[in-house]
Amino acid sequence: MIKAKMKLLGSNHFESIEVDPKNNTFTIGDQSFHTNDVQLDTPINGTVYGTLLNYKGALEQLGNQVHEKPYASPPKAPILYIKPVNTFNRQGEGIPIPPDVKHLEIGASLGIVIGMKAGALNEETAVNYIAGYTIGNDISIPHESLFRPAVSYKARDGFCPIGPWIVEKNQIHDPDNLTIRVYINNELKQENSTINLIRKVSQLLVDVTEFMSLNPGDVLLTGIPENAPLAKIGDKVRIEIEGVGSLENVIVEEQSFIWRGAQ
Amino acid sequence: MKKARISYNGSIHEANEWEGQLQLDDGRIVKQSEVVWLTPVEPRTVFALGLNYADHAAELAFDAPTEPLVFLKGPNTFIGHDAKTRRPSDVEYMHYECELAVVIGKTARHVKKEDAYQYIKGYSVANDYAIRDYLENYYRPNLRVKNRDGCTPFGPWLVDASEIENPMNLKLTTHVNDQLVQEGTTADMIFDIPTLIEYLSGFMTLSENDVILTGTPKGSVDTAVGDVIVTEIVGIGRLVNTIIGDEVFTNR
Repeated sequence: MIKAKMKLLGSNHFESIEVDPKNNTFTIGDQSFHTNDVQLDTPINGTVYGTLLNYKGALEQLGNQVHEKPYASPPKAPILYIKPVNTFNRQGEGIPIPPDVKHLEIGASLGIVIGMKAGALNEETAVNYIAGYTIGNDISIPHESLFRPAVSYKARDGFCPIGPWIVEKNQIHDPDNLTIRVYINNELKQENSTINLIRKVSQLLVDVTEFMSLNPGDVLLTGIPENAPLAKIGDKVRIEIEGVGSLENVIVEEQSFIWRGAQ
Repeated sequence: MKKARISYNGSIHEANEWEGQLQLDDGRIVKQSEVVWLTPVEPRTVFALGLNYADHAAELAFDAPTEPLVFLKGPNTFIGHDAKTRRPSDVEYMHYECELAVVIGKTARHVKKEDAYQYIKGYSVANDYAIRDYLENYYRPNLRVKNRDGCTPFGPWLVDASEIENPMNLKLTTHVNDQLVQEGTTADMIFDIPTLIEYLSGFMTLSENDVILTGTPKGSVDTAVGDVIVTEIVGIGRLVNTIIGDEVFTNR
């Protein structure tokens, strides 16, 4: 069993639990539950940052475009974006698809949860600033151009399921070698590994905190692998990250989605 | 009413302007120079507009956008009035941007232009510094340019919306070391405040203390360590910031 923290819906505090990431079950004390048995909340209170083009395959797919207009050169520093608080969503909740959109892009991402105020880190000690790891589903409306910030494509309500829990840092032997799988309606649609990250976990923290600090509770999503699968209304989406667990949501009509945070 | 959040004598207070001084929430009257100014609200989601004044777009050699160019900012980047902002030693072009900040007052979803003002709590001033050396053409302006620690001074006051008759006709200025370097009016915004609220609330829910930084007019020039930058909007506030260098940061 693996040590983790979770938040029950309606509760203000984190509960220490032991999880079985393969079966998505957990125990509190001597009682055992499946994630479908209980209502889990987003285990995040901080700011969620996403990282663009951090998988080798994703950058390779841009090919020569990185030298052409409008990009002019390959990315130098990490390219980040913010998934604001209205996007936060939780295990088991619907992901709303706008009426004029056919498919949503599923952005399976390992999330680094920050444990201590982290600024100007170095490679040797960066890992000390990590509290743990979680799963982010960084949803986008598919868009081709990466030139301008994609707020209207990536920051819609409910566009960032996170969870189901935070696995404590020392429970993950090597965050740079975790298999990530995406299933849609129980069919495997994507498989990749954090071994293919351009900036590995520590390096990413070093390069990000060179220009901005991260606060305890913030999440840095490490990136989305190439060939992100598409999902349509009614599809059941499950992201599995080895050693962390799985995060499951269904695509629902936007009109039927009532964002709990705004109630 | 002009409200502020400040730190005084070891604790945090709300305060009102009181005949040139500050009246704290516990009744004490203190001098403005005696307090540490915090941001006038604790911002939730913060939107910033790029190229929202035609003259500034032309200055940067861009055509005026046909859709608002919006980016987001994290909490690390905000600091209060009368604070200090770091200029890294290796940069060649770091400029201020005087902007009208619009603070949302209540949940807003699919708001129409004509109703938009009902959702505004108040106004403030922001200085949305940019370091152009770090610009890259991916999700531009990228966070390395726009989301640096302490690079968005915000304040001093939250001015109640009811006191501003027409926020679309306010004069903005920036002075560097008392010299006028930037001058404009909110009347020249490409996308005005109601349009921005309609646009944003059309695809996402806005909530209390979300903030929209509405863009800057032309007049961007480089700043140097030691410069005192005053971004001011008539009737809203005068936001002071001083540029400091890497020397005081032991990890830089």
